[in-house]
Amino acid sequence: MSETLPVTGTMRLIARHAASAVWLARYMERIDNLARLLDVTKTFSHDDSDWLTILRINGDAIDFLKRYPHVSYDNVTRFYLLDADNSSSVQAAIAAAKENARTLRALISTEMWLQINVFHSRIRALTGSDLAPDRMSGVCAMLKEGAQAHVGISEGTFYRDQCWHFTMIGRYLERADQTTRLLDTRFNLLVPLPGAGDPDVDAGKWHALLRAAGGYHAYRREYPHGYRPVEVAGFLVANTAFPRSVALNLSQIEWHLTQLRTRYHLRGGARALERVDNLCATLTHEAVADLVARGLSPFLDWVQREIGALHADVIEGLCGG
Amino acid sequence: MTQTAFAQSQRQTQASAAETACLLQNYDPNGFFCETLRLGQPQHPGLELLRSRLAQFPIDSLRRRAVDAERDLLERGITFTVYSDATAIDRILPFDLIPRVITAPEWRQIETGVIQRVRALNMFLHDIYHDRKILADGIVPRALVLGNGAYCETMVGFNVPFNTYVHICGTDIVRDETGRFMVLEDNARTPSGVSYVVENRHMTQRVLSDLMTGLQVRGVDEYGLHLHKALVDISPQAVQDPQVVLLSPGIFNSAYFEHVFLAREMGVPLVEGQDLVVENHRVFMRTTAGLAPVHTIYRRLNDDALDPDVFRPDSVLGVRGLIEAWRRGNVAIANAVGTGVADDKAVYAYMPRIIRYYLAEDPILPNVETHICGEPDALSYTLDHLAELVVKPVAESGGYGLIIGPHATRAQLDEFRARLLADPANYISQPTLKLSVSPTLTDDGVAPRHIDLRPFAVTGRDTWVLPGGLTRVALRAGTLVVNSSQGGGTKDTWVLA
Repeated sequence: MSETLPVTGTMRLIARHAASAVWLARYMERIDNLARLLDVTKTFSHDDSDWLTILRINGDAIDFLKRYPHVSYDNVTRFYLLDADNSSSVQAAIAAAKENARTLRALISTEMWLQINVFHSRIRALTGSDLAPDRMSGVCAMLKEGAQAHVGISEGTFYRDQCWHFTMIGRYLERADQTTRLLDTRFNLLVPLPGAGDPDVDAGKWHALLRAAGGYHAYRREYPHGYRPVEVAGFLVANTAFPRSVALNLSQIEWHLTQLRTRYHLRGGARALERVDNLCATLTHEAVADLVARGLSPFLDWVQREIGALHADVIEGLCGG
Repeated sequence: MTQTAFAQSQRQTQASAAETACLLQNYDPNGFFCETLRLGQPQHPGLELLRSRLAQFPIDSLRRRAVDAERDLLERGITFTVYSDATAIDRILPFDLIPRVITAPEWRQIETGVIQRVRALNMFLHDIYHDRKILADGIVPRALVLGNGAYCETMVGFNVPFNTYVHICGTDIVRDETGRFMVLEDNARTPSGVSYVVENRHMTQRVLSDLMTGLQVRGVDEYGLHLHKALVDISPQAVQDPQVVLLSPGIFNSAYFEHVFLAREMGVPLVEGQDLVVENHRVFMRTTAGLAPVHTIYRRLNDDALDPDVFRPDSVLGVRGLIEAWRRGNVAIANAVGTGVADDKAVYAYMPRIIRYYLAEDPILPNVETHICGEPDALSYTLDHLAELVVKPVAESGGYGLIIGPHATRAQLDEFRARLLADPANYISQPTLKLSVSPTLTDDGVAPRHIDLRPFAVTGRDTWVLPGGLTRVALRAGTLVVNSSQGGGTKDTWVLA
């Protein structure tokens, strides 16, 4: 898209609607991420501790243990797929997505609304029998496809004025956040302690991590020789071609914020833009290599906090708080 | 509809072409005026064609299409929302596929009649909020107007552009057993239902276009354009490119779909009270670029919720300072505040006299004969004929609290008599109408069901009436109440060119 195009979309955007656009995209993306995580965990898990990992990625362990007696396949899948009281379940996510879509209904395309509406009914219809191990992969595929259909329908039908830019920012924020969480929770478990670890088991775990991020084959293409922690971390954090890398998502956010400033003259995005610029400058392969040697976790915590702060900058600066 | 569903319905249509049970086979309007058969009326080529198509139409095919249409409405979310135990349930307004037809001469009468009525309503409102000549001349009782709950002191002496108060008007029209059109009710506050007029047409085009082929049916897609134009007409004069918004109570309002529909059709922001703010008696909306001026508000809030400074102080749906901004001419509001006094069921009884008073014309669309129970003669007549009459409370809407004498039990009549005597001024009575019917798909095949019609008139500088309107159908056998809250459905309404 060139800067010389005339400004389209002269309709002003209500600040509250901009916030709904960010949230709509985040909730839909969350469903996709959760489905990936559940699917990969089911496929590659060896014991119940792998189910604990999902709870830790989402920061849900404490909430979970308040209401469920122990961590197991049955309980964790129920918690995420059926439990509407769990605010990070797909039930809560689709309900919130639909509510935001309802708010935006005059702005999103009718196809987008229809798909969310039907997807919502489908998720609401899930029952205990869908949790059976032989059906789980099908359920996860349905969830991923529903979330991806949303992305595809948006791509093909959503008028690209301001509101579209805000949904894109929401989608990329959520992806960056999820990848950071995924890496943070898994990475330290995976880096082998000196003199310990079965290389085959480790390979399997790296494999699962990259699968959960949807980046296994891309990683293989980039690094065909094997798994090196510094390369896996670099791939997920700093790669500029992998759709779920933190750096790629942040640079997309930067582009959309710039569009909002130059094409729509929105001045409230200055803080967000400054933050995302700084973040992008930090997330290089060199920086990651350096950090892996010194301990990645504090760095990822910082990135995660910055992504949260970026979301807040967008909401406060552009969406009326 | 999904592609698969479409393909499926296509196959089913072909498969059932050979089946024999057809739509009008055992259809008998039972002495009511039937909008499709038109017994005893001059023949009309368009209706003739539709009848012959319906006569050959396999009922199984219609049933399958009805199922498709219902699923389609639900998936598209063309719904109203009801709440039970804090759970939101999206319900569709039942849609009957067999259209209701209005011929060109009939439409001319309805259109001119509605325009005449809207003019009279606006002149009446201007008069009662200014010189009150009609009260001084004793045409309408002073107490009925000035003591009316919807009468609004704030409006006294206040001028609105083109003297238009009722920018959007829904006129409920029925037909009796002779086919005569009569106005049953005016809706001059925030009438709803127009989204269904347009969506019903789209649905017909999706699932039943074969029924329409070759018929010259007038389009309904221009409503948003006309509405937007009227709202621009009334905006403050100095403004070059006025900003129109639609003010909704929000996503939890049962008519929220219609608010979405209208905002979309007009290409204007759909806002809630929290999105608007008044500064220096000017109205602004909170946008991503900061505060932006607003010039015309099509509000779908009731009067009492509009501005906590003037009306209900506890209302959180409205905008503080809005009415003062309006009074200073910085913003336009449609419909104007205080229009409810004109569509009151008691004032309704005076409408023929109101029309003659201001326009020196006879009403093009007559009223249903109405007795005002607040008047002693009318009360005793009503009490004497309770079992034959329909008695309605004047302040209610949606078909609540009324009694249909011929359908009531002895006990119900006695109980109602006591209520009526306790507060006669709260009631009017009318003869029980033999409402016209239209062939309608039911569990027992196609059967006659009572219908009414709500055309929508849009008035800025001039009045424009959307060709057709919302046809509501009482889906339960024998019932006369067509309101959606009482088991009513809708039909597509075809005005033949």
